[in-house]
Amino acid sequence: MQISAHDIAVARGEDIIFDNLSFAVSTGEALVVTGENGAGKSTLLRAIAGFLPLQAGTLTVIDHDSDVVGVPLREMCHLLGPDNAMKPTRTVEQNLSFWQDFGGRPHLDIAEALDFVGLDGLQDVPFGHLSTGQRRRIAIARLLVSYRPLWLLDEPTSGLDAQSQAQFSALMQAHLEDDGMIIAATHVPLGLNQITEIVLGSRPASEAAIDSSAMRSADVP
Amino acid sequence: MISLLKRDLALSLGQGGSGATVLLFYLAVVVAMPFAIGPDKQLLATIGGATLWIGALLASLLGLDRLFRDDAEDGSLDQMLLAPVPLGAQVFAKALAHWLTTGLPVTLAAPIFALFLSMPADAWLATMATLAVGTPALSFIGAAGAALTVTLARGGLLLAVLVLPLCLPVLIFGVGAVRAAVTEPDPFLPPFLLVAALSLFFAVLGPLAAAYALRQTEL
Repeated sequence: MQISAHDIAVARGEDIIFDNLSFAVSTGEALVVTGENGAGKSTLLRAIAGFLPLQAGTLTVIDHDSDVVGVPLREMCHLLGPDNAMKPTRTVEQNLSFWQDFGGRPHLDIAEALDFVGLDGLQDVPFGHLSTGQRRRIAIARLLVSYRPLWLLDEPTSGLDAQSQAQFSALMQAHLEDDGMIIAATHVPLGLNQITEIVLGSRPASEAAIDSSAMRSADVP
Repeated sequence: MISLLKRDLALSLGQGGSGATVLLFYLAVVVAMPFAIGPDKQLLATIGGATLWIGALLASLLGLDRLFRDDAEDGSLDQMLLAPVPLGAQVFAKALAHWLTTGLPVTLAAPIFALFLSMPADAWLATMATLAVGTPALSFIGAAGAALTVTLARGGLLLAVLVLPLCLPVLIFGVGAVRAAVTEPDPFLPPFLLVAALSLFFAVLGPLAAAYALRQTEL
């Protein structure tokens, strides 16, 4: 499976946030989007998820698996945005089992997923009672309870301590080895072995387009 | 879809939910009326059906702007848009949950509140019947309005302006049916069936319109 973008441009209102952006991600690969604040990292992820229309260019999914032909790209991705998408008055278990039922394609069960993020035993605690880092880890557990090949991660490690970050790196690595794909927007290294990096520049819309030479491979230890 | 309905019901009935607020608001409207009109039993009974209907309309508008806003603010709406469940069905489930926590309690409470207005038995029975078939229309129309205003900071105000004109036919025929039930030659059935038709019509159109609006919204 491969997702490729050709010369895409995305606007918010009248402002073109970025244009002439091309990239490709295949099974088992991670793409890390970096750039200054306001460079359009989140906007890119939201455009891939289909929340923002493309002003130009194409976003194509090439897949030889007949099961997923005709399935829109949005149904193949998990989005971990700045908000955790959990209801504070409901317990961790209620929140996660809701997303599992709702999202379909169940993957891990809730106890297992919580175990992976190191929070097993918190099933019956209302989500609102958790700390910021714990909430983030519950939101990460949501990625595990139902299966999606593509993970769109927007600053996934915000609020996580060093140990949880390492745990999350291992989770992402496991997802990649499980034929997954990751597109992440971040400022901090994610600790993945093999990543492709694109840098979005922050500049006025009138200036030159992002050169595809900004795309490069990087090895992060 | 069932799980979304269950979650929304649990949220609105649970801690911090709007379940009891609706009934209290309804009670306030209905109780204030006799004080404003004066203790004229005849007059109160005549306008009783209209009072109960206006109370129901206002109660269903109350909290309508939270229908999608809460989900938009905590990121749940993003996940709902990505889910493989058809968006129209999701909106239907949310509107149904809204009705079960506003329209249904208002309908069930109507006989009790009718006592405050000294309404005769056939009048409150007719009111209850029209509320039962008419209030779903208010929730489904409201869902479309709530979807349109989800990203607006002062959406609640605009929402009322958008939704109210569409709700007025329901109110007109609902109150018309109640009046027809108590005044002799007028038939009760035609306006009552029109109210039912409006509910069925908006049960289809409302969720589809709301789903379209949500897809077009640049979140």
